[in-house]
Amino acid sequence: MEKQKSKAKEALVNFGEDIIKQSEKGRNPTINLPVRALSNIVYDTKSKTLKLGNKMAERSFFNVAHAKKFLQTVEVASIIKKELLETGKHSSLRDVFYMAKRTIPGTNINLVDEQTDSDKAIEDLEVISKFSREQLHVNANKNGSVAGKVVIEDAGDVIDWSKLGSGGWSIPSNVEDIKFKKVNAKYIIYMEKAAVWERLHEDKFWYKNNCIIMSSQGQTTRGIRRLLQRLYDEFNLPIYVLVDNDPWGIYIYSVIKYGSIALAHAAERLTIPGVKYIGVSCDDIEKYDLKKHFIKFTDQDEDRLKQISEYDWFKDNKDWQRQFSMMKKNRAKVEIQSLSSRGISFISEKYLPEKIKNKEFLD
Amino acid sequence: MIKAEELAKKQREISIAEFFTKNRHLLGFDKPTRALLMAVKEACDNSLDACDETNVLPEIYIELKKISEERFVVVVEDNGPGILKQQIPNIFGKLLYGSKFHTLIQNRGQQGIGISAVVLYSQLTTGKPIKVISKISANKPAYYYEIQIDTQKNEPKILREEQREWKREHGTRVEVELDGKYQKGRQSVDEYIKETAIANPHAEFIYIDPNKEKVVYKRVLNEFPKKPKEIRPHPYGIEFGTLLWMLGKTSARSVQAFFINDFSSVGAGTAKEICERAKLNSGKKPRQINHQEAEALLKAIKETKIRAPPTDCLSPITAEVLEKSLKKEFNADFYTTVSRSPSVYRGFPFIIEVGLVYNGELPKEETAKLLRFANRVPLLFQQGACAINEAVLDTNWKPYGMQQSGQNLPVGPLVILVHLCSVWPPFTSEAKDALAHYDEIIKEIKLALQEAGRELGLWIRKNIKAKEQQDRVNLFEKYIPELANSLENLTNKKSNKIQDDLNKILKKGLKDLMENGETKK
Repeated sequence: MEKQKSKAKEALVNFGEDIIKQSEKGRNPTINLPVRALSNIVYDTKSKTLKLGNKMAERSFFNVAHAKKFLQTVEVASIIKKELLETGKHSSLRDVFYMAKRTIPGTNINLVDEQTDSDKAIEDLEVISKFSREQLHVNANKNGSVAGKVVIEDAGDVIDWSKLGSGGWSIPSNVEDIKFKKVNAKYIIYMEKAAVWERLHEDKFWYKNNCIIMSSQGQTTRGIRRLLQRLYDEFNLPIYVLVDNDPWGIYIYSVIKYGSIALAHAAERLTIPGVKYIGVSCDDIEKYDLKKHFIKFTDQDEDRLKQISEYDWFKDNKDWQRQFSMMKKNRAKVEIQSLSSRGISFISEKYLPEKIKNKEFLD
Repeated sequence: MIKAEELAKKQREISIAEFFTKNRHLLGFDKPTRALLMAVKEACDNSLDACDETNVLPEIYIELKKISEERFVVVVEDNGPGILKQQIPNIFGKLLYGSKFHTLIQNRGQQGIGISAVVLYSQLTTGKPIKVISKISANKPAYYYEIQIDTQKNEPKILREEQREWKREHGTRVEVELDGKYQKGRQSVDEYIKETAIANPHAEFIYIDPNKEKVVYKRVLNEFPKKPKEIRPHPYGIEFGTLLWMLGKTSARSVQAFFINDFSSVGAGTAKEICERAKLNSGKKPRQINHQEAEALLKAIKETKIRAPPTDCLSPITAEVLEKSLKKEFNADFYTTVSRSPSVYRGFPFIIEVGLVYNGELPKEETAKLLRFANRVPLLFQQGACAINEAVLDTNWKPYGMQQSGQNLPVGPLVILVHLCSVWPPFTSEAKDALAHYDEIIKEIKLALQEAGRELGLWIRKNIKAKEQQDRVNLFEKYIPELANSLENLTNKKSNKIQDDLNKILKKGLKDLMENGETKK
């Protein structure tokens, strides 16, 4: 732990010293960074993850277009080093923004105008230092719940995931330092909706089926992705993703499995190539007669479906292309909750157990 | 089955007035705001034309009296030559009565629909007649008329006719009541008068708006513009119907003489060549030419090389006068104007004039304001459909120091004025809102814009860029201590030493930074 922290600090200091060296030599100080945009994202078929390509961008201080960003990157590096790593404290993205926010003397220019400025600088520093945001002591908001027959140790406290009442354990943004003391589960079900998680929790699904249930609200945070990955890597637990039958749900699955465009530089730490899609599939719509619960596609839904179906990692996948063309024909989405039309506990008593027993997954 | 006789019963002649009653949008009376503007415009156009034809420096009084939110009285009074008593009813009470349709002369009006259409619209919306008073000289009486249009017969209906005392020596005053709506902005009466004053710097305008606010646009120039000459049509611009009509009407005894006398730019040799190409005896009487022969003549014209039409018929504002006018109207830092030499489309001569006004009190962050004119008349509608707009969008403004994204109007404190004067401006419709897209016209506008743009670019580089470049350097002077402090916090190296190094790089790379925004690698 301490060693890792001093290494992260060292990486940031090196970054600063390199800039000083360049200026001592009379050169325009320049940072080289890989381009972090769709144009420089490659799907690595071997590791089955999204990775950054080879395109590099230069950011120079003596360049009207780059100067402010350059300054932001260095300033945020000094904040992380001095205020966080040296003191051992952690802060949120929002805190970093306020620590960096001030007006440059003699001008009416703010060093950072919006939180995205400091957020971007932090992402850049992850790439430059090769340490993750969490390792740099910057956390995101916690988000998401988990329950199951698992006992962990976190910051000195022992926590039993099976004894946390109706709310479950809320997943912190940094799960690097958690120790797993006991894990008794056959698989993990991860769902995009907190409401569905509450349903399964109330029905004691995890107890009856000996599994872990985990959810977020919407997009999967880094903390959740890392927690899933650790359980997958360290305990070989299969992971099943349960999302709405629409392009957005499929993208949630895609991010967990292959990585995301925004965080391609952290792909190795976050992607889980083994996850499977449990539902809701287009075949479920037929089988469980969910057509009457169709919600019509908007233009955005349709555009998104087209984009996703053309992604490299879905392009040659016959099973998925079959799903996409069915979805395209439906021109409508179906929410997980529509299963409740067949009974409130239909999902926990029939739908999920059947699907798992029959191994009805998409991969 | 309907029999032909029954069908015939239903078919009858439609009077022009009836036609326009049903198609008022064709003339620009589709919206109440527009109708009010059209009334002012048609009356002003006539006043200015009349003054210009008789060498009177125009003095035009315009008043909008508000009756209710949706009804106004429009008053336009001029010091022009006045109208002969016997002509008054026809001018105001008969559609398509005019002196201008069959002549080729640079004029504001064209078809002779303008003012009578206003009378018709007034009659349709309020039932009231137009009130006209006109006087042709100090020792003649003034005549007062109240006129409407008999829409069946397209004939004037005189409701009142009398002699009156009028203090003016000569001039005309019209007063018309109509349904309309007053608004401010780009397509308002206010804007129309303002722009008209810009394009007619020899005229004075006194304008009383519905809130009784008085605006006076003073004369910039105390001379008459050069009087445009009437010209005969050029063969290249002629169409089949017009050719037949001219052949039937000419006093020439032979086809050869017809071409020499009734067209411009045709001498004996050219006339003969046209006849030969059409395999026609050049001595043949024009009235004996049949349809096939006329068609052959038209084809022959196209194949014959004919001299361009004379261009002394045009009366541009001129670059010098236009600049004075712009200076009076806009408070800015930079003005430039260009008046191109004459050019020709479809046998019609035309001149393009362009003015650019920059900076000063013009709004900094908005798209440039485009002012379009044809024969000194502002065009306020249908900008998107106009050849002028296309030429402006098609011009790359970036080299001239302006911001422009894609094919859009440039952004910045800029006014772009484009004026086309021609014996026959090619309007896309009767409402005369937009100019048709002739390649020759677009090309000329672009050349004029480029010429003016280069001047603008030079000025901006000299005056604005220098300041921007200084700002850049100042900015880096402020950034350097910030960066040095951050680096000190990060590495514990001394900020002063880092600042010194950075300042050295700045000094060395100053020129590159100012010009290219970046020091050399």
